[in-house]
Amino acid sequence: MITTAFSYHKAGTVADALKLLAECGDDAKILAGGHSLIPAMKLRLNQPEHLIDISGISEIRYIRCEGNSLRVGAGATHADIANSSDVQSHMPMLAETAALIGDPAVRNKGTMGGVLAHADPAADYPAALLAADAEVVVQGPGGERIIALENFLLGLFDTDLAENEIIVEVRMNISPSNAKSTYQKFMQPASRYAIVGCAAMVTVDQGRISDAKVAFSSVAEKAFRAREVENALKGQEASEATIKAAVKNAVNGVEVLSDHFASSEYRGHLAKVYAERALKAVI
Amino acid sequence: MGVPIQVTVNGKPYKAEVEPRQLLVHFLRDTLRMTGTHVGCDTSSCGACTIHMNGEAVKSCTILAVQADGGEIKTIEGMSPDGNGTLHPLQEGFKEEHGLQCGFCTPGMIMAADALLKENPNPSETEIRHALEGNFCRCTGYHNIVKSIQYAADKMRKEVTHG
Repeated sequence: MITTAFSYHKAGTVADALKLLAECGDDAKILAGGHSLIPAMKLRLNQPEHLIDISGISEIRYIRCEGNSLRVGAGATHADIANSSDVQSHMPMLAETAALIGDPAVRNKGTMGGVLAHADPAADYPAALLAADAEVVVQGPGGERIIALENFLLGLFDTDLAENEIIVEVRMNISPSNAKSTYQKFMQPASRYAIVGCAAMVTVDQGRISDAKVAFSSVAEKAFRAREVENALKGQEASEATIKAAVKNAVNGVEVLSDHFASSEYRGHLAKVYAERALKAVI
Repeated sequence: MGVPIQVTVNGKPYKAEVEPRQLLVHFLRDTLRMTGTHVGCDTSSCGACTIHMNGEAVKSCTILAVQADGGEIKTIEGMSPDGNGTLHPLQEGFKEEHGLQCGFCTPGMIMAADALLKENPNPSETEIRHALEGNFCRCTGYHNIVKSIQYAADKMRKEVTHG
């Protein structure tokens, strides 16, 4: 499959990329790892006139801790994130999530920023990042904006990113030392996209659940925090009975996706099953 | 409109003008006539087009040729240690352990396995199967592919020890 014709521009810096975006106008797309965009272009779902390649911008390919904050550059690949000792020790569920994306060759190319900008409902990171209360840092002609991921994700392939902005970083507080976190997914076996993904970060204090954050990918049009599940866990005894009762609320009030992989009824059921698995792994 | 690129493929430098929308796999197959790298699903799922770019396994059906500019590419044609018919231990393993039937997936399997063995010279069966998650074989059921890679890993470790 061949994409429509386009002009190719390689950006060396973020400033360069913003300048190119301003020059190319509405018909430009940013190319990062290309593992969502190029397939979409082959299917001609996307037909940009200009591609601005940011994959060589080294200033956004990093992972570091700054005080209590874990900073992941938008250009960090899934392999970078899965193998990062900072992520493994300070936000283990994010390393676990990255290691479950696609396969080794896909993980060598796909990037954090690309996943968030594309906003595929089946993407894995959003669940883990919502459970981590992550923020997205974007840059545009007017400077920098920092947006909570929950507000950044607007819907199916839709985000708060303006056409003249690019994502430069994702940041989150490092996981409290007494918290445990995990990401569990049921995947489509060929594409390895999530059919249901559930992230959970839980703190248990003297046998009681003092904090719980639970989020889903690939269940609805956008990833979401399951606050009814969280509220049913908080303050309760850390037990299987608590988990089983809490996960019943997993998709309350949620319009569950239906596609040729899973009906909404089946997907809603899987959401409860995977929430239970995730919570049992951390409680 | 052509964009000039320079790439090193299997140790040899090439200069070419490519259309920006040309995929790397088509540059390798149609321009350089290296047809060992296959196009399977064309959606980055099946792994038949797996090559190494700058030392990492990647799927060449989902990379533009212009993105390889300045890069180092290794394909199945570059696996033979003397470039003259001597088999790489992975190629030998696939032959000895019957790791292929139709052979369509084999170049991608070998490139994915080569990336694995560089990181992990002594992988367990589970690690081999994980490393092949992005490479589909519709003939063998994977069993002999795993054995082929174990054969190569054993041989390569012995070569390191005795070499």
